[in-house]
Parts: sequence; structure tokens; C-alpha cells
Amino acid sequence: MRTPSKAMPTVREVHQARWNEPVVMEMGVPGRRGAVYSAPEAVVEKAVGKAADLVPAAMRRKNRPALPEMTEPDVLRHYLHLSQMVHGMMGVNLFGTCTMKYNPRISTHLTLRPELATLHPYQPEETLQGLLEIVHSFDLILRELSGMDQFVFQAAGGAGAAYTHACITRGYFQARGELAQRNEIISTIQTHPCNQATAATAGFNVITLPLEENGYPSIEALQGALSNRTAALMVNNPDDMGVYNPQIKDWVKLVKKAGALAFYDHANFNGVMSKIRARELGFDACMFMLHKTFGGPKGGGGPAVGAYGCSAELAPFLPKPIVRLDDKTGRYRLDADRKLSVGKVREYFGNLQVVFYAYAWARAMGGDGITEASDLAVLANNYMEKKLLAIPGVVKSQPQMTMHRMEMTRYGLGPLKEETGIGIVEVGARMTDYGVDSPWLSHEPWVVPEPFTPEPGELWSKEDIDYWIAALAKVCEEARTNPDLVRTAPHNAAIHAINGARLDDPAWWATTWRAYKRKQAPAARAGGKAASSR
Amino acid sequence: MRTPVRNANKLSDGGAGPQPRPGVGLIVNPVAGLGGAVGLKGTDGAAAQQALALGARPKSQVRAARALELLSALKNRIDLVCAPGAMGADLATSLGFSCRTLGTAGAATTSRDTRDAAAAMAEAGVSMIMFAGGDGTARDVFDGAPGVGLLGVPTGVKMHSGVFGASPEAAGRVAALVLGSEPARVEWREAEIMDIDEEALRLGHVAARLYGYARSPLERTAMQNCKTPSRRDDDPALDALARRIVREMDPGILHVLGCGTTMRKIKRQLGGEGTLLGVDVALNGRLIATDVDEARLLRLTSGVPFKVITSVTGGQGFVFGRGNQQISAAVLQRAGRDNVMIVTSQSKLVMLDPPCLRVDTGDRQVDAMLAGYMRVHTAPGHTMMMRIAA
Repeated sequence: MRTPSKAMPTVREVHQARWNEPVVMEMGVPGRRGAVYSAPEAVVEKAVGKAADLVPAAMRRKNRPALPEMTEPDVLRHYLHLSQMVHGMMGVNLFGTCTMKYNPRISTHLTLRPELATLHPYQPEETLQGLLEIVHSFDLILRELSGMDQFVFQAAGGAGAAYTHACITRGYFQARGELAQRNEIISTIQTHPCNQATAATAGFNVITLPLEENGYPSIEALQGALSNRTAALMVNNPDDMGVYNPQIKDWVKLVKKAGALAFYDHANFNGVMSKIRARELGFDACMFMLHKTFGGPKGGGGPAVGAYGCSAELAPFLPKPIVRLDDKTGRYRLDADRKLSVGKVREYFGNLQVVFYAYAWARAMGGDGITEASDLAVLANNYMEKKLLAIPGVVKSQPQMTMHRMEMTRYGLGPLKEETGIGIVEVGARMTDYGVDSPWLSHEPWVVPEPFTPEPGELWSKEDIDYWIAALAKVCEEARTNPDLVRTAPHNAAIHAINGARLDDPAWWATTWRAYKRKQAPAARAGGKAASSR
Repeated sequence: MRTPVRNANKLSDGGAGPQPRPGVGLIVNPVAGLGGAVGLKGTDGAAAQQALALGARPKSQVRAARALELLSALKNRIDLVCAPGAMGADLATSLGFSCRTLGTAGAATTSRDTRDAAAAMAEAGVSMIMFAGGDGTARDVFDGAPGVGLLGVPTGVKMHSGVFGASPEAAGRVAALVLGSEPARVEWREAEIMDIDEEALRLGHVAARLYGYARSPLERTAMQNCKTPSRRDDDPALDALARRIVREMDPGILHVLGCGTTMRKIKRQLGGEGTLLGVDVALNGRLIATDVDEARLLRLTSGVPFKVITSVTGGQGFVFGRGNQQISAAVLQRAGRDNVMIVTSQSKLVMLDPPCLRVDTGDRQVDAMLAGYMRVHTAPGHTMMMRIAA
């Protein structure tokens, strides 16, 4: 059994495998197959017809899919190799504002069970009773945590939930005949940009409030922005820096007084789980990230859920269908007959497998467990803050703010960059050489230079957090003693430093094989010819 | 980037014995700022005579006096060393200061006079030179006294350098701190000496060129930063905003358009190139007057409804009083606060430190009228609610 040590842990260099294989799309050999089956016996075919005819004509492919032709071992070997060339998201990753949590394997198995995996959303609702019960039960859990009156799970992420709110705001004021007048939504510069973006997408003019010297926007700025044109306030609290607005209750009062709606982007809920309830603060609506705070898997662009909850006044405008429990029969039904509904913000019911993860997490934790998780997250962050600020070159955002940050703090490596020329990108790349996932690069680098926001949450042990801090401290030291070593990192990864110059160039990026062939293959071929001619 | 150097400019070595009176130089460029209201882009060289011929009224002495008055309480505690005549001594004497005089000055002062006076003051051992002027004056003082701490009273047309107070009063307050009883509490930094990059200007960009670093007091709220350039990735939002603004201009309403690259986007949408560093006027979808001065603006806007659209100096946050003095206090008084529209990029706003906009029109009542929160347009349908500090 390991005994926690007070000394700084030894940082270990790791080394990833490097298989140097082409992408799978280039590995096929014509004629190779995973498995080959014999033709059906005549008697079987006579009884059930041709296998191809079992698929309706409209659903049949006209052309074979352009997949590489490979044997099953080829495929398995290739993906095993790929898995050896990453940290596998099992390292100490403190991706801030993401609230990384371990996803118990039992939850994964639950979501893969045929009772869920083989369901179709268009099945008769009588055959979906178990699924609907879980959705309804989880709705009740979130109502308890927020004070809201109804939750829906259609939005496929936080931005989707913010968009849901913008649409509901539109529907609400349209129903009141005020939409032409109330066409402005107020947000703050440190609120996640999806709020401003979705408000604009829904057709609203957006007013953004800047930070004042005390680290959060002033109530005077809010008063200056509020008018009879205001439709809603959309804010994070804490904001992206981990800063809570101490005047938030007064803010909401002012917004309500102006006749507008108040929306709480609860993406950073971990520090206040079971401590505050959005409705009791006066908010009309809020959203939770099930793929963050509630233990659903996050990362890799996988399915996500932004759970959106609102007051009874706004509930008629929620996306449809809504899951309802018929008290008389005890049966669940899908209520799609909702004239004021904003419609759908996502196909079918959204990503319900993530709701399953979240439900499993919440039931396993229980009310007391959720409270304890929140306490641990705050404790871990404040422990880490003290140790991180002892590393020369690391500074805290808005250092003049003396109140404790809760579950996360934004830091910057500005002083280290000034001293050594090494910034957070190079430091993060070097940290991977020590088995630590590169820190998530934070938003708003123009506010805090070289920003990073590690968020320990309740998951990681003291040893894990100490290791992460030790890795950062070691790399900062290397930046002074051997800057080239850091500048050229990673050295132990499967792929060394990449040229990111074209990462934001739509003419170059490619997220599909077809796009890659169209955009990059000609250049690669030209480069190859040039190289071979030398 | 600000690099504080605590106590780098100690005015005494802290040794035993009576403290010597701190020596401070005063240089006033009497023709600074003359070019502003008459639409010249500076007052260097022959521009001063041209400005006077165009009817410009000297303001440098008046603005310098607003700063110097805040040192009245320290009259007997400082050793004031002035450039002669109109370059400082006349002003100091008129305000009741006793001073020594160094350097020479003819009837028409030149940049050579400024450099010589600064060099003489450095030779005399002053620990700080307070000067009144713009970027050209800052360069001359810096050239003459490269190692001496500088504090600029903004009286020029352009003040891109980081050594100026945000207003004459702000410069006066900082000087009082430096020369007061607790100079050790003042932090110093290496501040940029900047001036317009003539080469870039010829290529159609407004850019400030760095000429060197001078030690200057670090007082965040009272000192202005140096001007920073626009970011190219702001262009799509500002281009779209320029199209929207022009599309929504009310017919029959005059639009006074300020200076700089952001405003040029609007001017280009009106079908012309306009004046990059000057003020133009639009009516009914086209530019009707270019590079106008204050007098012409007052004539054009007499008795007719009009709006003023202007931008923000990057890094400094100035809306009026820096490089656009043609849109004078009188013009703004006539327009009224509701007819002022500010246009800039969101990135420029979030990088301001302190996070507010500034006005320095020379008229305290007009500055007060403009102060408070105002929506700043950053993209079509997007505004930021910014505080304007007078």
C-alpha cells in the first residue's frame, strides 16, 4: 500500500510507442476481408428470400462503401498500435473548465446493454417505459439540485443548451407580443463565448459587459445595458477564470425588474453542487453539462448533453417531446402536443446514453456524496493553488482578488514566457514527456497571457495532484536551464512537435478522409516528388 | 508589456543629512497640438506656421498649466529647472514657481531647442523631466536626455508613446506623487517612445514605430499606455460592421467620420478612400468632405442634425483628444452624447488596462458629458458596454 509522502514526487519520463503506420484508409489490400461466409443454403434462401432483399430497396447502397479492404487481425493490430501512441485519457488530466471525471466501466456497460443500445426513438412509447422512467427520474434529480421545474436533455452539449435558452427566450417574448421590442441579450466577457454566439444565432443583438478592475463586470455596466429592449441575461458563474460574481443576486433582481429572463450557464457547477440552487438565486433557467459535472464521458468530440432546466413559466416553450408521468396510470408518455414549444434542437431525444451515465453517477453518489464531491473539488483546487503559485513563473489571474476560488483557478505563465521565451504551449508539450496530458489551453489568452486552468475536481488523489504539479515545476525549471529541450518537446511522444500554423486554416484542415484527399493529398504528393528528386 | 522597476528613480541616495530638493525639469513645446484642430497630422517642422496660418489657436501652454497647477503645494520643495521663455520658464513664473533656466530658445522654438534643453537638464542632474507636447516632443526630450525619467503632459496631436499622463491633470497628479513626500511609493517602468511610422503610413497603415524606452512612472490609472496596432483577425467583424453602419446611415443626416484604419473601412464602404489620418464627412451614402478641420466641421454641422462616428486608439483607449482634435469639444457639444457612435474591435477593448475608454477634449464639461457607460460597436449586432473615464 502506498503511503502519501510530503516530499515532491519524482517525475518519471515515459516513452510512447511509435509504430509509424499509415492511416487505416491507406492500409487496404484489394480482396482482403475480415470474415468470409458461405452462401446460404438453397432451402434457407427459398424460405426467407435473398439476404439483400431483406433490406428495403430505398435503404440499399448503390455503391460499395469506399473502405480499406483488410483482415480482422490487421484492423485489430492497427488500433492496438494507435492506442499505444496516446496516453489513453487515463493519465492525470486536469482539463480546466471541463471537470474531467472518471467514468466507471459499469456505467459504460449499462449504456451498452441491449435494453438501451437497440432501442429506436420511434418505438411505441409503451415499449420505452424503462428508458422514459430513467429520463424522468433524472429530471427530478436535476430539479432538486437547481430548483427548476422541468428539465430536457435534447441539447447535445453546453452550447446546445445555451441555444435552447436563446430559442425559448424568443418563443417566450413572441408569445407575449414583445419580441420586436426585446431583441437584446446581455452577457459578460468572461462568460463562455457560446452564450453570446447562440444569442446572436437566435437573432438577438448581443451586449457584452467587460471586466472591471475588481475582476468582474460592474453592476453599473449592467444597469447601463438593461432597458425595455432587454430579453435576457446569459452568464456563467463562476466565469471562465473561476471567479464568482458576489453581486449575482442583485444582478438577477435588476434583470427581472427590467422584465427580462435570467439564464445561468452552470457549466462550472462542481464547486457549488448542492450548495446553491439557480432558481433560489432568481434565475429562470439554467443548464448543466452531463458530460462534465455528472460523470458522462468527455473528450474526443463524443456525444454530450447539455441538460436544460427552466421555471414552470418557461416550460411550455421547451423542446418537444417532454417525458411525463401519468399519475393515474403510473405510465410514462412522450408529450409532443405542445403548441408553444420551440420544436427540436436535436434529433429524436438527444444523446440519452449520456443521460444514463449521469443517472448512474448521481444514484451512486447520492445526495451526501454529491455534497462531499463538491467539498473535495474545492479543497483540491485550493491545495493545488497554493502549491502552483510557489512555482516561479506561474501567476494567478486577477491576483488582486483575495477571495478563495472554488473549483478552478486560471493561471498564466506570462512571467516565465518573458524570462525564457517559453510559453504554455511548449510547457504543455513537454509535460507529456512525463506522462501528463498536455494542459487544456484556456480561452481568452488576451486577458491572461499564456493561460491554463487546471481543475482537479474530486477525482484525483493527492499523489496524482502532486505529480501533476511536480511535472509542471520540472518543466518550468527546464525552461530556464535548457530552453531548447522544452521548445522542441515532446521528445518521448509518438509524434514530436507539430507545425500548428495551419490548424485554423479551413483550406487545409481535414476531418474526413475525403476532405484530406481533396485538400492535402495533392500537396503531399507534390512534396513527396520533391523529396524523392533530391 | 509593463515592466515595473521599483524605486529605480530614487531622488536621493537616502544617506544621512538634509534631503536635497528633488530636481525636476520642465520643457513646454509651445506649438505642440497646433495642427490638431486644423487637420494637420502633427505640428513638426513647418507645420506650426501652417497651422497658425489656418487659424489654429495655441493650447499647449494652457494644458501644461493644468498639470503644473497640481504642483502648487510643492512649490517650495522642488528644484524646478525650466527651458527658457515660452518653453517653460514663462509658464512656471506666471504660476508663481521660482525656477532656474537652462538652454536657449529663439522666437520660433525648434526641436533642436527641446533636445538642447533636455541635454542641459540631464547634465544638471535632474531626476525627471516633465514635458508638454506630443510624440515628436517626447522623441526630442528622449534624444537629449536618454537616461532621465520622463513624464509627458499630453498637449500634442498624437500621443502614441507610453510616457504621457492620460490627461494634463493626470500627469500633474503623477508628478505630485513623484515629487511629493513619498517618492519611493511610485513604481517606474520602461515606457515606449513611439511616433507614427511614416513608411507604414505611405503603405496605407496606421502604425506606431518604436524609437526607444524611457523610464516613466507606472501609475495604471493616471498614465496612458503606448498605442498598440490593430489585429488583422479582427478585420472580418469590422468589415461586416462597416457595411452594416453604412447601410443603416439615415438619409439627410451628416456623419462625421474619425481617423484610423477602422474608420477607413467605413469610408471605403462609402465609395472613397477618405483620409486615413483625417476626419471626413458623409451624407446620403457618399463622402462629401475630406480631411476637414474643426472650423469646417463647425460650419458643416451648423443647424443640421449630425452624428459622430469614431474609433478607439489601441492600448490607450482614447476616443477623443488623440489624433482627432478636429472633432473638438465644440463639435461634440453640438452633437450631444446620444449622437456619438464608437466602433472598434472587441480584442482592442478587452486588452485595455485599465479597462475603460478615455476622453481628453480639452473641455472638462464636454469630457464630463461623454463620461459614463456607452455601447461600443464591435461587430454587426454586437456591442460592449464600456465605461468612459473623463
